[in-house]
Amino acid sequence: MISDFTLASARAALRQRDISALELTNHFLTAIDTLNPVLNAFITVTPDLARAQATAADAALARGEHGPLTGIPLAIKDLFCTAGVRTTAASRILEPFVPPYESTVSANLLRDGAIFLGKANLDEFAMGSSNATSAFGPVINPWTRAGDNRQLVPGGSSGGSAAAVAARLALGATATDTGGSIRQPASFCGIAGIKPTYGRCSRWGVVAFASSLDQAGPIARTVEDCAILLGSMAGHDPKDSTSANIAVPDFAAACRRGVKGLRIGVPREYRSDDMPAEIETMWQQGLSWLRDAGAEIVDVSLPHTKYGLATYYIVAPAEASSNLARYDGVRYGARTDGADLIELYENTRADGFGAEVKRRIMIGTYVLSAGYYDAYYIRAQKVRSLILKDFTDVFAKVDALLTPTAPSAAFGLGERMEDPLKMYFNDVFTVPANMAGIPGMSVPAGLDANGLPLGLQVLGKPFDEETVFAVAQAIETAAQFTTQPSIRAKG
Amino acid sequence: MSLDPAAVRRIAKLARIRVDDAELPVLAGELNSILGWIEQLNEVNIDGVAPLAGAPGMTQALRADVVNDGGYPERVLANAPDREGDFFTVPKVVE
Repeated sequence: MISDFTLASARAALRQRDISALELTNHFLTAIDTLNPVLNAFITVTPDLARAQATAADAALARGEHGPLTGIPLAIKDLFCTAGVRTTAASRILEPFVPPYESTVSANLLRDGAIFLGKANLDEFAMGSSNATSAFGPVINPWTRAGDNRQLVPGGSSGGSAAAVAARLALGATATDTGGSIRQPASFCGIAGIKPTYGRCSRWGVVAFASSLDQAGPIARTVEDCAILLGSMAGHDPKDSTSANIAVPDFAAACRRGVKGLRIGVPREYRSDDMPAEIETMWQQGLSWLRDAGAEIVDVSLPHTKYGLATYYIVAPAEASSNLARYDGVRYGARTDGADLIELYENTRADGFGAEVKRRIMIGTYVLSAGYYDAYYIRAQKVRSLILKDFTDVFAKVDALLTPTAPSAAFGLGERMEDPLKMYFNDVFTVPANMAGIPGMSVPAGLDANGLPLGLQVLGKPFDEETVFAVAQAIETAAQFTTQPSIRAKG
Repeated sequence: MSLDPAAVRRIAKLARIRVDDAELPVLAGELNSILGWIEQLNEVNIDGVAPLAGAPGMTQALRADVVNDGGYPERVLANAPDREGDFFTVPKVVE
């Protein structure tokens, strides 16, 4: 059954010519036709382009040319510019935007033979934790609670990427993570996702949110699939001055390393009284699996963890207010006319941005404004230094950390919308990795009492994604997570 | 520190976002709630700590100061909401 394929097993089948890239692509396009009206995981579907890429992939395979991803159908988060294909960032202000160029990450995937099915939905400008802020409507989580068919959120901001992969509408997807936007939706949708080290993937051609935190990464059904995708996405790019000139290792090989002799840290500050008991239980289970596989478990302290979110909500809006200043209605994107230039700007931005984006631009404008810059922005940057120091100190003693990915399972559509602060708390366990620039991966580990997936997060040293993959693989192997969401493609 | 509607109007002006008068008190409430929560950072001792602006361990990348891209006005202007010849248009700025 095609729907049972992982990326790795589909790749093997393509290479053995058991299936053609066109058959595979048509299967996913049909599945998208059937389920996207329910899930809204894609903003734009590109069937003609996908079939043309599949035909080219079949020709390459017939010639014996096996790229790392030849013939593999993927979803691309609609934050990555794709040449000739509309790229919206899920915002009205970019609704008419058709990039004349390709982002480096998506170009790397095309170079390696991937097929693009379409552009995945997200929170507007990647600002959100439920995919509810998209101007193109919310994404629905393919999972539902046992005996309760109310719709749940897929998490965010990469909600479309996560829902598409979980519902078997693509073999993998690109995503981005500024404060948890890969890991939290992966946890909510019962799949895997990794935010690599800051600088591992080029940000060139990715619509910017908070430039010192944004990092691209893959979402897929298995740890190995994520490793294969990251191997193609990563690499130095002269067009991004923060892209690291460090060789890309064989991530897939690292999955098979095992964890024998590794020291795994358990940060005590990630434990809170209001955390559901089943998340604490699953965390302990994860530690026990790693201990059984030969790792040593070590209690550690990250004393500034509790300040991560508040620091984030100064740094990220500050950078966003600066990055989003480019949307002025003059050079590209939507325009609303005004009597003079200032009015044109103000009308364009009032009509083009949604409520959450406006809030963050205004917070960012305020914390950067004269008289408040030192009190807010500089203070936040100093606390960011302390958060980094916490991780640097701990990684002198351990090889990786294990924590829960999110403080809850997926919640209902429309919940937590009335108070922005409630939504922000989703990212309490994921934000510190962005502040410190370190890699973090979510791997599905179990189900809660309602039958919803829960993820565990593995954090690693800068540019040591290999250890992260080894630990995540050990969790995946022990967890034997085989439950499937109620809404998924069949056949 | 609490923002009143006049302060919100000033921030919106700086951010170049039109905000109707009726929205000002609602926005003030939301922004104050976020800023009030952020105040918790005041309890952190930051004496002698250097600010961290971006990811650690990065050195500035330099490149030769030469033209390395460009020469395709049609591609640059392809998404313009309005254009005249090879120029973007804006409302008249100088009388």
